[in-house]
Amino acid sequence: MALSISTRQLDGVTILDLSGRITLGEGSVQLRDAIRDLISKGEKHILLSLGDVNYIDSSGLGELVSAFTTAKNQNADVKLLNLTKKVKDVLQVTKLYTVFDIYDDEAHAISSFK
Amino acid sequence: MTGPQTGRLSFKLASTMDSVAEVEAAAEKLTHSAGMDEDEGFRVVMAVREAAVNAVLHGNGYDPNKQITVSLENNGKSLVITVADEGEGLDPEKIPDPLAPENLLRGTGRGIFLIRSFLDEVHFRQLHPGTELTLVKHLTPAGSNDASQDLDTK
Repeated sequence: MALSISTRQLDGVTILDLSGRITLGEGSVQLRDAIRDLISKGEKHILLSLGDVNYIDSSGLGELVSAFTTAKNQNADVKLLNLTKKVKDVLQVTKLYTVFDIYDDEAHAISSFK
Repeated sequence: MTGPQTGRLSFKLASTMDSVAEVEAAAEKLTHSAGMDEDEGFRVVMAVREAAVNAVLHGNGYDPNKQITVSLENNGKSLVITVADEGEGLDPEKIPDPLAPENLLRGTGRGIFLIRSFLDEVHFRQLHPGTELTLVKHLTPAGSNDASQDLDTK
């Protein structure tokens, strides 16, 4: 299943609800384009909701890191919400769990941007 | 199938992302037939997929004149998967550590690390041309109940 992305705004935060796979040839490019589009529009607070992402590969991890660094370079923040067990597993093994701000609760995640 | 080939499947595929998906599906079937739980199966399948991506993308560079060769085996004690490309070769000693602070925020370079993290043994063999990765996952006693059952051939 390819990646689908829907976007919503809540209290000044842009939330991307991702569903599917973030992998080479499937979701990586979509995610990159979505993040770049938001950054170019001046969005500073971006929350990636990953509760329906059932698979991520090394390319997808690379896109998450690129999103993080691209945002930082523009004084914006990308944070993660609702990791599935599989995604959490991969982030922990690669130590990226220590890089991102990660939340289990949407309201808490949104308030963290203030 | 009977005899020494029991539980072993091998095939050659084009250097495309469709082939990666095919290898991934075969790995899912292998882990499922071995009775692995979902988490362990996910790790093995992910490692196999990373190896296939490496072969297709970094090894063969999507070259339509080059193929990848894949074998998957359940020998009753372990799952043994080989993935070979026809590229210029890969020196595993030269792969940067993705956990090093200077590499942690790099966008690439985690594939081989994930393979090594998720499997019990990883072996590299230079083929001249090409590289063959052998991935081994030892089966736990609970997971070996269905060991050595035949894999569906394509």
